[in-house]
Order: sequence, then structure tokens, then C-alpha cells
Amino acid sequence: MATPASNISRQLSNAGEWIDRRIPVSDFWKKHISEYYAPKNFNFFYFFGSLALLVLVNQLLTGIFLTMFYKPDAASAFASVEYIMRDVEWGWLIRYMHSTGASFFFIVVYLHMFRGLMYGSYKSPRELVWILGVLIYLVLMAEAFMGYVLPWGQMSYWGAQVIISLFGAVPVVGETLVEWIRGDFFVSDATLNRFFALHVIALPLALLLLVVLHLAALHEVGSNNPDGIEVKAKKDAKGRPLDGIPFHPYYTVKDIFGVGVFLTLFAFVIFFAPEFGGLFLEPDNFNPADPLVTPEHIVPVWYFTPYYAILRAVPDKLMGVILMGLAIMVLFVLPWLDRSKVKSIRYKGLGSKILLAVFVIAFVRLGMLGMAEGTWIETIESRIWTFVYFAFFILLPFVTKYEKTRPEPERVTK
Amino acid sequence: MIRIVLSVLFLVTANVGLAAGGGENLEHADANVHDMASVQRGAAMFMNYCHSCHSAEYMRYQRLAKDLELTEEQVAENLVFGERELTDYMIAAMPEASEQWFGKKPPDLTLTARSRGADWIYSFLKGFYLTEGGWNNTILANASMPHVLWELQGIQRPIMETYTDDAGQEQTRIAELEVVEGGKLSPEQYDASIRDLTAFMIYLGEPAVLKRESLGVWVLLFLVVFTFLAWLLYKDYWRDIKK
Repeated sequence: MATPASNISRQLSNAGEWIDRRIPVSDFWKKHISEYYAPKNFNFFYFFGSLALLVLVNQLLTGIFLTMFYKPDAASAFASVEYIMRDVEWGWLIRYMHSTGASFFFIVVYLHMFRGLMYGSYKSPRELVWILGVLIYLVLMAEAFMGYVLPWGQMSYWGAQVIISLFGAVPVVGETLVEWIRGDFFVSDATLNRFFALHVIALPLALLLLVVLHLAALHEVGSNNPDGIEVKAKKDAKGRPLDGIPFHPYYTVKDIFGVGVFLTLFAFVIFFAPEFGGLFLEPDNFNPADPLVTPEHIVPVWYFTPYYAILRAVPDKLMGVILMGLAIMVLFVLPWLDRSKVKSIRYKGLGSKILLAVFVIAFVRLGMLGMAEGTWIETIESRIWTFVYFAFFILLPFVTKYEKTRPEPERVTK
Repeated sequence: MIRIVLSVLFLVTANVGLAAGGGENLEHADANVHDMASVQRGAAMFMNYCHSCHSAEYMRYQRLAKDLELTEEQVAENLVFGERELTDYMIAAMPEASEQWFGKKPPDLTLTARSRGADWIYSFLKGFYLTEGGWNNTILANASMPHVLWELQGIQRPIMETYTDDAGQEQTRIAELEVVEGGKLSPEQYDASIRDLTAFMIYLGEPAVLKRESLGVWVLLFLVVFTFLAWLLYKDYWRDIKK
């Protein structure tokens, strides 16, 4: 039929072919979206990958607008943030989206990592997916820390002071290293200026690159699922996984629903509790940075507090720093610590289940202790949970090797 | 599994009180920033009693006029004193003089409600008492600020009590304050006035609060409808997948 409509569609498809002969747009779309076969049994925990991407985009976009008004200058940084909050049209909304987004980024990433721990998503053949993910987490921590310094309030200043001084624990070159990082003999304008540069250019670029690699590695090996079995092992005559469904439209439409739920919670915090009881925006950070007045109680933002508790649990500064570093670095070797025949917690033994549960409690409890004032009894408790945190990684090879596992199903369940 | 995640979230948020709890016994301010009349009365009080010494250096007079539903003339006549322009930031009329008098530059008040909290402001303004050595305060001991509202509240004196501390030593502390000389306002009227002032300072700390919460309701409504439609769409697409 030679109707005008089909004429237009023919022209469009010609244009599409013209482009495809020059750059593989539709190949890309097929490989990563419309013909990327994902297991059909994803549950609640599988929303957090796409949500992390959403928050990343939120941080980038709101960040661009904030840089249009923010002044990375110790004398005017604090006032420029208040300028954004008061005089810039919708500035308050953009700022709250960014500050709330930072905390939500960590909520989403922690749940995403927990999912990986639960279903053994780090195990072969997904070791590199996991390692790239841990790298993203590391860069994200640096990004968040430097971002928190920018409003130049009391907590920005003294938080930076405490964290940077940790590098002073390094033997011999410690003090030189600290001066090199600060660019001065104390946290100052020079520090703020370089943190701004790293926060808005260097680290976001690194983050984006790592996210691309994380996804490239994932799409090469395919997604894991709550049953921890490889859906690629059972294919139909056309070579499509029997338990796989095309990411688009099935998971795009499902993720849009997830985005809706997420945005509702996100908007609730932005519009009704942007300080979140002092957890997302700390009260003392509404006082401008004052190098002469040390706050009574310096604590990092909530997402760093588990590691801060580990740091404070050790009496020796250098040992504390080493242990804190180790607590994060040990994540890199996790794929080789788990010796289990099965991936998912569903088919692992009771030992693995107890280990994971206790590990999660230790992490949450350390997070709470890291916010507390650090009385002697809290220090003792921090030591116990620090021990439990590391015990998870030490016991994992033995428990997973010797415990009795249940047989994995042939096909995904439910 | 969802239950586990929710309980973990609960554990984390249950700590909020622990993190934000202050040491002092603060009275609940009960100030309502959405009560426009209260905020307006508080603004007048701020201009009359606080602003000659204290700045609010991140705030413009003009913004005040707009948000408090006052005409610019009303603000110019009633709120802005001295040589100030409407578009100026709210800088105190005589900061140098007050620095000389009290030995310390009076702190900027723009963000006090956010850094100290509304209850702190309310309790502080109720906590002044007179001793032989001059004015003191139960919330901020040895504050250099005199009781500028004493004409309104009157003069309070402390009633002391003795108690035994953890080390077994006898100590004295203030049990309560009593008004020994009445002011222009009754105690109830005074509380209401500083509640107004506190409401104004909540507004001053975050002028966006008025718009934020009213807009938030609509945003949430939109998102709930959006999420419901997205859920319907998801269910429809997935009909043949879930068996």
C-alpha cells in the first residue's frame, strides 16, 4: 500500500539504515536493551541497579545547575549556598535534590551490594562485575566526601580536617602527604578549590567510566538471579535462554514502576524532611566553617559511619586506618573467599545464612556506633562488631566449603 | 526479605533521635511556620528587639516582604530601619557598637533555627534570669547577651536546689525560674510572643519552607498516580510471563 504514512516510515527506516551503516546504533540497542535476555525471576532487590543509574543522572544534572551558582572560595562558599537556597529560582529544590540524592545514592548502593552478597552475584563468571562495582563504591565515597566539604559549614570543615589527617598516620611521609592533599598547612581555600575540581570533574568522569565498564562486564556474562543458576545454560531452538526475557520491554516497564516508588520516597524526603533529622544535613553544617572553633562532636555523614566506627575501635591511629582500609579492600577478594558450589543464599546451608545475617547486623550496628559520641562502652561494642565484620570474611571460605548445600533447581523458580 | 530490609531501615532511622538529641532540657517551642499571622508578628518582634544588634546577612528585606504577604511599603515603613534599601541584605544597624558593649560580635541569626533548632531558641528566650552579677541564661550559661525582652517578660530569679552528683558531692543547680517583677506581658502572652519570634526564625532559616511543603503535597500526589499507572502497565506487560 502506498499510503503517505508508509512512505514516511520507509524514509525513516532508510535513514536508520543510513546511520547503521556508519555507526552501530541498532546493534547497540539490541545487544544491551531489546535482545538482552535477563532472567525472568528478578525480585525486589533487582530494582537497585537501575535506581543507582537514576540517582547518578540526578546528581549529574542537579550538580551542573549548582555549579552555575556555587563559589568554590572559602570566603564566599557558604554564602553562595545560602544564595542558592534563597535567591536562585528553584535553587532550594535543586540543592535538596542533590543533597538528598547523595544519601539516597548510598541507600541504593548498599541494597544493591547486599543483593550481590545474598545471591552470590560476585561468583564466577561475574568476578569483574563485582570488582568494578567495588571500585565504583570507592570512587563514590571519595565523591561524596569531597561534595560534603563544599558547603563549607562547620562539619564540612572539621570532617575534612579529621579525614585528611588520617593520611598523616602513614609512616615517614605522612605529614608531607597530608600537606600535599590539603595544598596548605591546614584545611583552607586551596583545599576547597581542589576538592571542587575533583568533585565536579575528575571523580564524576571516573565514575561514569566505571559504570560503563560495570555494565559492559555484566552484559558480557549476563545477569545473575535469585536462584543463582545460569539462564544461558538452557536455550530454545533460536538460542534464546528459556528462562530469559528481553530487557525491553519487560524490565524497562518494571523498572519504571520501581522508579515511581523510588521517586515517591525521594520526593517525600526532599519536600518534607530534607535534613532527615540531622542525618542528611547536619545541624552544625548550618554554621559557617570556623577554623578557630572545634565542634564538640565531629561525625561523618551516616554512610561513612560503619568505617568510622572501625577506625575509632582501634586505639592506635595507624592500625585504625589500616583496619578501616582493610574493611573496604577485603571486598575485592570476596569472589575468591566464597568456596560454595551454589551461588544463591537460597541453596546455601544454614552457616552461610547465619554469617550473612550477622554481617548485616554488624554493619548496621557499626553505622549507629559511628554516629555516637564514643563513650568507653560504645568503644567496646564497636570492637566486638569490628571483630564480627572481619569474622565474616575469615569464616566464609570454611563455612562455604564444608557446609551442606541444597541442590540448585534446573530452571528458575516462581 | 522486604521485611528484613524494612527492619534494617527502621533500625537505622531509629538512631536519628540518638544522633540529634541535645543535652539540655529544652522546652517544646510548638511554633508553626505556616501560621502567617504568627510569622508576621514574629518578624515585627525581630526587627524591634533583635535586628539592631543581630544581622541576618543571607536574607534580603525584599524577600521578607514577598513571603510575608506584606506590601513593599509596609516593609519599608515598619520593618526596614535606617539607611537600608529594600534590596539590601539584613545587616544590623549598629554591629560595631554592640560589639563594643558586649565584648563579642552578636552572632548572625539567619540560620540559628537550623543550627540550634526551634526549641533551643524558644527555651533560650525563656531562660534569662537576673543575678547580682547581671543577666544569665539557663540554656546558654554566661551568654554575653542581656535580656533585651525583659520589659516584656519582667525579671526572673532562679530558685536553687541542692542535689548529690555521681561522685557523691553536694551540688547546687537551678530548679526553676520565677518572675519576681512582672513585665508588660503576662507569662502566657510572653510565651506566645516568643513562639511567634521562633516561628519567624524558622522561616528566616529556610524561606523556601513555605513553598516546599505546599508544593510537596502536589508532587507526591502526582507521583502516586504515576506509580499506580506504571504498575498497571507493568502488570499488563507481564501477564504472559508470570504463570
